[in-house]
Amino acid sequence: MQLKTKLLLSAVAVSSVLTSSAVLAQANEQFIGLPSYRVGAYAAGGSGIYGGWIDYMALINEKEGGVNGVKLTWEECETEYNNARGVECYERLKSKGASGNSVFQPLSTGITYSVLDKVAQDKIPMVTIGYGRTDASDGRVFPWVFPMLTNYWSQNTAKIKFIGAKEGGMDKLKGKKIVNIYHDSAYGKETIPVLDAQAKKYGFTVVHIPVSHPGNEQQSQWLRVRQEKPDWVILRGWGVMNPTALKAAAKIGFPRDKVIGVWWSGAEEDTIPAGDAAKGYIAAGFNVAGANYPVVKAIQDNVYKKNKGNMEDKSRIGSVYYNRGVVHGIITVEAIRTAQAKFGKGKVINGEQMRWGLEHLVIDAKRLKELGAEGFMPDLKVSCLDHEGSGKVKFQQWDGKQWKVLTDWIDADKELVRPMIEESAAKYAKEKNITPRDCSKEG
Amino acid sequence: MQFFLEVLIGGLLSGVMYSFVALGFVLIYKASGVFNFAQGAMVFFAALTFVGILEMGVPFWLALVLAFGAMVLLGIGTERIVLRPMVNQPPIALFMATIGLTFFVEGLAQAMWGASVRGLELGIQDEPIEWMMEATGIGVSKFDLFAAGVAAVLVTALALFFQYTRVGRALRAVADDHQAALSIGIPLQTIWRIVWAVAGFVALVAGLIWGARNGVQFALTFTALKALPVLILGGFTSVPGAIVGGLIIGSSEKLAEVYLGAYVGGGIDSWFPYVMALAFLLIRPEGLFGEKHIDRV
Repeated sequence: MQLKTKLLLSAVAVSSVLTSSAVLAQANEQFIGLPSYRVGAYAAGGSGIYGGWIDYMALINEKEGGVNGVKLTWEECETEYNNARGVECYERLKSKGASGNSVFQPLSTGITYSVLDKVAQDKIPMVTIGYGRTDASDGRVFPWVFPMLTNYWSQNTAKIKFIGAKEGGMDKLKGKKIVNIYHDSAYGKETIPVLDAQAKKYGFTVVHIPVSHPGNEQQSQWLRVRQEKPDWVILRGWGVMNPTALKAAAKIGFPRDKVIGVWWSGAEEDTIPAGDAAKGYIAAGFNVAGANYPVVKAIQDNVYKKNKGNMEDKSRIGSVYYNRGVVHGIITVEAIRTAQAKFGKGKVINGEQMRWGLEHLVIDAKRLKELGAEGFMPDLKVSCLDHEGSGKVKFQQWDGKQWKVLTDWIDADKELVRPMIEESAAKYAKEKNITPRDCSKEG
Repeated sequence: MQFFLEVLIGGLLSGVMYSFVALGFVLIYKASGVFNFAQGAMVFFAALTFVGILEMGVPFWLALVLAFGAMVLLGIGTERIVLRPMVNQPPIALFMATIGLTFFVEGLAQAMWGASVRGLELGIQDEPIEWMMEATGIGVSKFDLFAAGVAAVLVTALALFFQYTRVGRALRAVADDHQAALSIGIPLQTIWRIVWAVAGFVALVAGLIWGARNGVQFALTFTALKALPVLILGGFTSVPGAIVGGLIIGSSEKLAEVYLGAYVGGGIDSWFPYVMALAFLLIRPEGLFGEKHIDRV
């Protein structure tokens, strides 16, 4: 009996030591919840992006021992790009880690909309890089949402600038015709107003042609394109819609170097299945492809050489989606650094502090160079007023084997976009009875 | 008129692509009365397995044989693990089992070969035939014609197989009445294995054709959605019905999209075939070539 009691007491003591050391370890760890998708219809994109993102966080842990000594920890929750699962993952992840999940990045416009109200209630900032609500760029109305780096409207105006430059000047756009082939969904329709506004401003004609989901058959749409005889085609696709569109363009003999895609149409996953039909195709992006950037090389040296990399297929390192994941990692880590600078170096930050960090995030050219990401992603300066922070894109062309960068960073037509954002955000604020923040009073 | 003809021909050839997937449904329904919800997943599994083997450096024809072997194994496994324990269960239970099978096959394919999107070249260019384009101004894709040729060969082979072989006759007997077929000594389990293997072969052909067109990726599972209205129209039990249904659906959806789409905001080719199939159901519930079901009271 005595022996039993002794054994029991020893077990309790050991478990308390283990528990308290685990709690101590957790107390100095920054938890990042990752609502990822690695199976299902969009797994190809998800596995690349989350792979790059995790590799970057692993790089910070390996090379710097975390952010000012705070180790980064993460947990994935499989959403399969499904809204209901996304909400479930949000709930599951939000209270994990020492200070709860400090930032939510769902990589899905649908999930973004589903948790829009929740993040404000739970005080967890939501970062939507290259997707989500465009008007959330107005931080006065959407204090908890950050559609960095470049929203869809900004990107679209940069596209028209690119087309204008190709035509020999913006004045040469007058009388031209542009067909907008779009995924028939909220995502696809998002750029119709900004394209219409630009058509009015520059005097070109725009014809919108929807493609119903999933877009694996587009013959009728591209026969309509042939009938319309456009000068340029803007491709706003997703998934299988992209290679199908490129093949259909080839079938009607439409030149691929006159097809300009959005960044969700501009990855290797969109061009490789189209084979030769993708040669010459151009796409916009807020990150570029390539494994030669110092940040990607640092991942290979510090993470993969220690067999700690996340990507099973190492040939995808440096692909568009992988590098996009690295961009997600850079922004997350830099926001933590910014928040720590304000709330205490080497401290674990919570959601509210992270929101502050995101709202004061500055990644200028000097910092990009230090990070080894010069030319890899645009510079960024977020503020209370502007949660987008950049608005720049580069254009890349598929040469049949890889993406080649065509341009430097092209800025958005902010004079056109910002009033549209403010108008849309004000409408939302009215609907939801939100009083926009006064940014002059924000610290 | 020239544009109308181009849309019509393009639609008819697209319809053939739908028929490939519909054929797989028909084969299994004919032999077992099961609506195999997993047919789209089988198309994905077959194409991904083929490309995966090809990437290992295996020659094309050997990869084709090995991928077919994998489909046969999948068919045998399905019969042993899913269907056999469910003999004499109501059709809805079997249908539900194939829904489960769908998720399993989709997951298995990605677990085996990864989630990456792959290209597939069959050596036939998806571009218009030049002389026809020059002479008539109508663009007909070489690839679409190739697919139509493959479909013709496949349907002929299946029709001959069903009509003139011993196994084919046994298949038809099982399709008519499981109990009666069993009572005269037809081995139900063997027949089911054969029919799932044949459906696997059809899925492989469909996967190669669709994979060469759009890339080998998860979206191949969506091809099943295109086959459903074809089945309703052509009948669930008719091989020629799958082809004729495909031609009608393909051409009508393309004509509707081009000529009616602009009036209703476009993008109608996703739901128009279903509306058409629904209307058809009201007139002829068994489909164009389906067997009329008569219950004697």
